[in-house]
Amino acid sequence: MNMKPKETDWNQLFSIIEKHKHEKWGLIPLLQDIQESFGYIPPDSIEPVAQALNMFPSQVQGVITFYAGFTLKPRGKYVIRCCRGTACHVKGSRSILRLMKKELGLEEGETSEDYQFTLETVACLGACFLAPTMMVNRDYFGKLSPTKVNSVLSQYKKSEKC
Amino acid sequence: ELIPSVMEFPRFNQEKRVVMEKCGRIDPEDIYDYIAESGYSSLVKALQLKPEEIIREVQESGLRGRGGAGFPTGRKWELARQARGENKIIICNADEGDPGAYMDRTILESNPHQVLEGMILCAYAVGAGNATVYVRAEYPLAVKTVTRAIQQAKELRLLGKGILGTDFDLEINVFRGSGAFVCGEETALIQSIEGHRGTPQHRPPYPVERGLRGQPTVINNVKTLASVPQILNHGAAWYRSIGTESSPGTAIFSVVGSVVHPGLVEIPMGVTLRTLIFDICGGIPNKKKFKAVQIGGPSGGCLPADFLDTPIDFDSLTEAGAMMGSGGMVVMDEDSCVVDVSRYFLDFTQKESCGKCTFCRVGTYHLLSILERLTKGEGKEGDLEQLENLSLDIKNGSLCGLGKTAPNPVLTSLRYFRDEYEAHVSEKRCPGK
Ligand SMILES: NC(=O)C1=CN([C@@H]2O[C@H](COP(=O)(O)OP(=O)(O)OC[C@H]3O[C@@H](n4cnc5c(N)ncnc54)[C@H](O)[C@@H]3O)[C@@H](O)[C@H]2O)C=CC1
Ligand SMILES: Cc1cc2nc3c(=O)[nH]c(=O)nc-3n(C[C@H](O)[C@H](O)[C@H](O)COP(=O)(O)O)c2cc1C
Ligand code: SF4
Ligand code: FES
Repeated sequence: MNMKPKETDWNQLFSIIEKHKHEKWGLIPLLQDIQESFGYIPPDSIEPVAQALNMFPSQVQGVITFYAGFTLKPRGKYVIRCCRGTACHVKGSRSILRLMKKELGLEEGETSEDYQFTLETVACLGACFLAPTMMVNRDYFGKLSPTKVNSVLSQYKKSEKC
Repeated sequence: ELIPSVMEFPRFNQEKRVVMEKCGRIDPEDIYDYIAESGYSSLVKALQLKPEEIIREVQESGLRGRGGAGFPTGRKWELARQARGENKIIICNADEGDPGAYMDRTILESNPHQVLEGMILCAYAVGAGNATVYVRAEYPLAVKTVTRAIQQAKELRLLGKGILGTDFDLEINVFRGSGAFVCGEETALIQSIEGHRGTPQHRPPYPVERGLRGQPTVINNVKTLASVPQILNHGAAWYRSIGTESSPGTAIFSVVGSVVHPGLVEIPMGVTLRTLIFDICGGIPNKKKFKAVQIGGPSGGCLPADFLDTPIDFDSLTEAGAMMGSGGMVVMDEDSCVVDVSRYFLDFTQKESCGKCTFCRVGTYHLLSILERLTKGEGKEGDLEQLENLSLDIKNGSLCGLGKTAPNPVLTSLRYFRDEYEAHVSEKRCPGK
């Protein structure tokens, strides 16, 4: 099944812009709203956002690229975040990440061609006592071992097939 | 008789909970739970006092900023009170960027009202009408908990117009970060609220003079603010009776790595590293030997066993070459590689540099590439000298704390574990493994 993202829903986009247009310094909350609704910031939304806030498109672009929380590329249905924080690092998260890369065939920040999986790293999931940890969308998994990583990943891979 | 009581475990008789006293004991979603534990009683008391009296009490308590630098909180508030401005602002810094620390998150998620109460007290003391909680992007639950807590406080008229029937007004809102470590730095934090890239700005002017929207702004850490209701409730003298002369109160650490009981610990300042690591956290597992402890996150330092009797407080840690910082603590046993831990932190700071200063942007990149070569066994003669020189250049040539402190993990581990670095160069291997 190919999950390639749909065309940008302009109505939705414009209602988000309308909502934040009159806030002072609404840019970041506006971008957060777009990111959450679409899963990324469609590049062709930069122009209308800039226009609404009376900014240059380059300024908006600059803000988007500065923050790790904003992406200009669509992401997969399952966003897999491997924690690379200190607690996880000392418990071997580097090899956990290596295993994930191999299993998914993705590098950090990449999305699979069928838009199923995106692989990301984060600085800390705030669950250090369970290190090493990972997150799939909003679900946490801790005390990871290679076997556990494999079973978590295959669970998501399988849920696609049926 | 044979079963020891809870209080016989060091974990319980050495810990002292001031900031986290109510965490885990109340329902964070129910304001009445907090009130039943004498929550908001400091506020009721404080509203009958003059703002100056509150500031004096905080000054007398000796409370120092828990964001890491330890600036006297009472002094900061006094400066903000004296500053000229119609619309003063309070910001609670909950950006908690240290990768491996989660105490601010824990406090916000398990007792948000104590933080709000601290913010209200601060606003009353300095004369502010607006406040913001700046929460790190990766903490959606904290955002939810705090947002609900604000709503509940409003319903009980602890926030909003005419707080508890006085003519004091305060609005608190929540701003979510967008995933940039440097935004924990106060001037970058202000930039990002204003909708810009989060690049640090030159100080002075300090935020207490000109901060958000050009207004005098008090920025305090979550733990700093959460200490205030306790201080006003029990008095400055009580607070001073905990901890040390120059660092009163408690410290919260997130202890991770090679310890039997990792996790969050709140201890009185002045407890030694040995007590914390060996008694409270149960020591090193698997009969391994202690090698080093890295304190203070990416801006902190790495200390060897000789420093185990160092008391934990702002000044002693700085003197030893580490720092209180965010409260991250990584314990390493004989098998771990100090060069790898330095490489890890450099990798982090290098990615998070905002790029404004050349030394920070390019210098950290070079530092990292040398460390990477060392850990791969490709070290060269002269590498260590270059690490040292580069580190000093980065410290001197950087605008904000990120660049100024980024070389700390390298400099301290190089100072205390030079032989290990040398082994990486001459023997192309890690003596730890
Ligand atoms: N909590 C965390 O996750 C992290 C904490 N840090 C810590 O941050 C610290 C560095 O932060 P900085 O803000 O650069 O420290 P700083 O020492 O420059 O300032 C500390 C506070 O005191 C205020 N201040 C200092 N001098 C002042 C003056 N003359 N007048 C008025 N106000 C004054 C500043 O505005 C600031 O709020 C480091 O100690 C580091 O450990 C760093 C990274 C992460
Ligand atoms: C790179 C960098 C990151 C920082 N991150 C944080 C943070 O996550 N939380 C925090 O409270 N202070 C952080 N600080 C320190 C703040 O600039 C500021 O000193 C602090 O919020 C003041 O609060 P306090 O007086 O209560 O300590 C950071 C500083 C630097 C240089
Ligand atoms: S020291 Fe680094 S993070 Fe700080 S302003 Fe300069 S480039 Fe940016
Ligand atoms: S370091 Fe991985 S959860 Fe904190």
